Amino acid sequence: VRYLLRKAVLFVVTLWAAITLNFALPRLMPGSPVDAALGKLASAGVPITNAERNAIEVELGVPHASWFVQYGDYLRNIATFKFGTSYSFPSQTVAQTIRTALPWTLVLVGVTTIVAFVIGTLLGVYAGWRRGTRADESVTIGATFFGAFPPFWLGLLLLYLLAFKYNWFPIKGGYNPGTSPNWSPSFLGDAAKHSVLPAVTLAITLLSGWVFGMRNNMINTLGEDYITFAEANGLRARTIALLYAARNALLPNITAFGLSLGGVVGGSVLVEGVYSYPGLGNLLYIAVTNHDFPLMQALFLVYTVSMVVAIFVVDLLYVRLDPRVRQ
Amino acid sequence: MTLRFAGRALATLWSNGKARIGLVVITMIVVIAVFAPLIAPHSPTATSFPPYRNPDSVNWFGTTGNGQDVFSQVIYGTRISLLVCLASGAMATVVAVTLGLIAGYRPGLVDELLSFVNNLVLVIPGIPLMIILAAYVQAHSVWTIVLVVGFTSWATGARVIRSQASTLRTREFVTSAVFSGERLPRVVFREILPNMTSLVAGSFIAAATAAVLAEASLEFLGLGSPATVSWGTILYAAQQQNALLTGQWVLILTPGLAIVLLMTSFTLINFGVDALSNPKLREKS
Repeated sequence: VRYLLRKAVLFVVTLWAAITLNFALPRLMPGSPVDAALGKLASAGVPITNAERNAIEVELGVPHASWFVQYGDYLRNIATFKFGTSYSFPSQTVAQTIRTALPWTLVLVGVTTIVAFVIGTLLGVYAGWRRGTRADESVTIGATFFGAFPPFWLGLLLLYLLAFKYNWFPIKGGYNPGTSPNWSPSFLGDAAKHSVLPAVTLAITLLSGWVFGMRNNMINTLGEDYITFAEANGLRARTIALLYAARNALLPNITAFGLSLGGVVGGSVLVEGVYSYPGLGNLLYIAVTNHDFPLMQALFLVYTVSMVVAIFVVDLLYVRLDPRVRQ
Repeated sequence: MTLRFAGRALATLWSNGKARIGLVVITMIVVIAVFAPLIAPHSPTATSFPPYRNPDSVNWFGTTGNGQDVFSQVIYGTRISLLVCLASGAMATVVAVTLGLIAGYRPGLVDELLSFVNNLVLVIPGIPLMIILAAYVQAHSVWTIVLVVGFTSWATGARVIRSQASTLRTREFVTSAVFSGERLPRVVFREILPNMTSLVAGSFIAAATAAVLAEASLEFLGLGSPATVSWGTILYAAQQQNALLTGQWVLILTPGLAIVLLMTSFTLINFGVDALSNPKLREKS
């Protein structure tokens, strides 16, 4: 319970720090985002009135009030999901834009992480168990090579080969244009077809981390006395590998699971951008190309908060899996 | 003394099969970067060719929409890409070593605080953070990328170095150095630091590898310097000119392959470095 309490306190403090960082970042940066936004409007030929300037300043958080007041307003806006309007999607509030995009990214990132984790861990167990053999060498070198693929680059190549050239998969988007998201089987099938390429791209580039982590853990565990004891008892090699070594080698990999999400999220930004997949990553891609600071800031907040929450959940799971930390 | 040490470290790395491949590839890349003007047949920026040419005997990788020779661009791009990854890797390592040593050597409040900051940075997704930072900094130059990548990728290294420093702190040789009246900087830099050279090298290589990817990602988003030629900006230009629609897949394939080669060789070398610090991982010969 002490452990849980400590984790919970740490979770709250981290959450607060992440939210505050999100507040501080645009205010610490050289050059004001407000000027950039106004410049953008001016270059588009929009006349800027005083009222308009004021509206933009309040939105991006550089009014003439003190930081203290600004911070209070900021927290209140977060609690009520008020993130203002973005220039990329002027007809919606930022909160609405994010809400429609969130499920797409959750499903894509969730599924690919789990698939990569399972396949990568199994390959790692195999490589660690057959260490020093040809099989181990080819798994490690293969994983090194594929792990070095920039996700967006692999995305572009697969897009060219499988979508442009052979038309096996749709070129862009998350569903057919003309349909709107619903739960009918035909729409779900269509969405699944659209998400195959982004998912495969992400999964391939993510594999290597799990392979290396698991291989190293396996090698460390295989040196333990209880493995030697199991061997001396004449247990079958497969039993030892899976039930004795892999189960214990898995634990450190589960801690890594939470932190690895950061990498998945990062990769998903550009991959979603490449495929115009209707998720958060694509929004960030659009926001960056349009210098859309309100949208960018809100997306960053969503990313950090979900990471903090995800890692907290993994910590809780860890307590259930490893009795040693419960003491 | 240092030279002999470096020689021995290199020899140990060389004895590891994977690290050997990595060393060979990285040497090739460095040679290409240094002798780029001799290797590249044309200027990387001159717009002297017909645009959108497919690969032929004159333009081995084809030309861009502005009529630049892509082969020469990839060769010259090696310089910037290598420079950025080494510089930001070095910067991340300096931050990681400094914070890691302080946290590991000063248990209590200082350690708690630094570890908290460390965990916070570890939790924040790196690429989105870099994108936001780079987007706010209006002036896009190579050094913006170096600063952004360097200041965001130290967390993993700092954590490893912290835990190593805190175990070394209680060892006898450190205690005896403290009792014999050596001052704090000397204890930290002469007694503790040399005992984790392989960890420092490991975190440098890891940071540099991550920097290659981060640089390419930022530049692909158009956050790089438009004036310089690097692998990431070639990819950005290709995407802007719809290279895939026009069938110019070579423009995408070649700079990306260069990135993959550089990152692979770093990772392979890191296998050798890992084996230095963890004897269990050494290859049986």
